Amino acid sequence: MNKNGAAQDAMWMFFGGLGRWFLRALENMGDAAVLSATSLGYLFMRPWQGKHIVLQLYALGVGSFVIIAITGAFTGMVLALQGYYTLAKFGSESLLGSGVALAIIRELGPVLGALMMIGRAGSSITAEIGIMRVTEQLDALQMMAINPKARVILPRIIAMLIALPILVTMFDIIGLAAGYIVGVELLGVNGGAFIGEMIAKITPMDLYAGWIKALGFGVLIGIISTYMGYRATPTTEGVAKATTQAVVVGSVGVLMLDYILTSFFL
Amino acid sequence: MIRTENLLRRFGDVVALNNINIHIKPHQTTVIMGGSGSGKTTLLRLIAGLEPPTAGHIWYGKDDLSHITQKRLYQLRAHMGMVFQYSALLNSLNVYDNVAFPLTEHTRLDSSVVRTMVTMKLEQVGLRGFEHFMPSQLSGGMAKRVAFARALAMDPEIVFFDEPTSGLDPISAGVVTSLISNLTKRTKMTSIVVTHDVHAGLGIADHVILLWQGEVIAEGTANEIRHSDDARVRQFIEGRPDGPIPFSRSQTSYVEDLLYKPGTVRMSR
Ligand SMILES: Nc1ncnc2c1ncn2[C@@H]1O[C@H](COP(=O)(O)OP(=O)(O)OP(=O)(O)O)[C@@H](O)[C@H]1O
Ligand SMILES: [Mg+2]
Repeated sequence: MNKNGAAQDAMWMFFGGLGRWFLRALENMGDAAVLSATSLGYLFMRPWQGKHIVLQLYALGVGSFVIIAITGAFTGMVLALQGYYTLAKFGSESLLGSGVALAIIRELGPVLGALMMIGRAGSSITAEIGIMRVTEQLDALQMMAINPKARVILPRIIAMLIALPILVTMFDIIGLAAGYIVGVELLGVNGGAFIGEMIAKITPMDLYAGWIKALGFGVLIGIISTYMGYRATPTTEGVAKATTQAVVVGSVGVLMLDYILTSFFL
Repeated sequence: MIRTENLLRRFGDVVALNNINIHIKPHQTTVIMGGSGSGKTTLLRLIAGLEPPTAGHIWYGKDDLSHITQKRLYQLRAHMGMVFQYSALLNSLNVYDNVAFPLTEHTRLDSSVVRTMVTMKLEQVGLRGFEHFMPSQLSGGMAKRVAFARALAMDPEIVFFDEPTSGLDPISAGVVTSLISNLTKRTKMTSIVVTHDVHAGLGIADHVILLWQGEVIAEGTANEIRHSDDARVRQFIEGRPDGPIPFSRSQTSYVEDLLYKPGTVRMSR
């Protein structure tokens, strides 16, 4: 075989592989959509899963508060530092308040909050459901006439969708407070200017954009982490792989969805 | 009452079950026996409706499991119990809540009534006093007995047992097997027991189904099986390594596998 032929073969292999990967990704997206749609359908059917939604909300939301608070605080602090040194070059330190607030509310709050939630809660959802599959607990539920889609999947998606906007709001508030402390108390920016600029530049639209992003990320994380666990190969390795995949696919998904949503709101 | 019709189950190229036509009579203990990998668990899962067959039908009276609504399936399952091969207790709940689970989910019984019923079931399996243990704190045999109590919690009409005695000490195994046969005789329970324990299996069976490589090779009462002159049946119940049933299920020659070098073409026997 000549050199050209080998290169061509390699190219076919590359694009063939890419094509197959793409088809598999599409197939998985379809399956995930079907699974979550059927599960969410049980929201309107008896038995009502309210109690289990609340339990999950507590487990996911309250359990993630500390990590969200820490991330939010340091994000606000770093933004204030970086913002201050950039703005100081133009002598416009007074704009620091609005800069920090816009970055956090529109972008960093939802995105970093979502990324932390994938690591903290999404991965544990995948592992938990995957282990329930391995140890036949999902089958045991079936035999006791309990639908795992209604009992296990639905409450986790709903809890994620409610928890994320709330956690992101907390992230925002803590981030802004931390930014204020660094900017005003440490770096000596005028406190009135910091807050005044912040209030003047933030529109309700910015707040809505942040919340809608948080909502979208919550749904996405809920769907991906439950799907990965439910469809995990029922072995130890399968669950480990599914958990990693949930984190990777979830993170990339959040960043992609962020771009799409941002382009709508600008 | 339960009947299968030309049941076929494939996993990829593996034919786990082929052409299964069996009849499970009510109020009897049906024991499904066979070697490891003969398809016992698969058959049980198909009959319980946990997996669909590749082809064929499973009839519960007039209901065909392949064409049944979820609502109807759950109605049937309200009268079923299942003991899984590896217990399948809910990890997040303690022993008490595991056994109480079917009761609290499907009945409106007062919590004091539930407590009484759970205590009775746990006493039957000798685990009263272990209510607060989590599944991770139980030995395999204890978990199995809790699973047993859970399966019986609703006083089901049909109970599936996958290897009910494996992992149990002889005393617990004896208690569990006599519990199965007593409940089947005294209440109107129908038991479907999967086991490779010949002694225990033949001891409690009203009807025996012997599987080999996914097919039914013998069927009948325990006595008929004991006195069968089919060479495969004899080998299985006597547990002899040599006979028509090969111990190794490999398709390739042992000598060739040992001499196999990577990169050479492997010969099939
Ligand atoms: N989920 C699955 N995927 C692929 N093959 C499977 C699956 N489940 C079972 N099999 C195959 O089907 C056959 C029957 O398996 P099954 O678990 O029913 O055996 P068994 O009689 O219960 O064995 P044991 O006594 O060891 O529990 C085996 O050859 C097994 O490899
Ligand atoms: Mg088995």
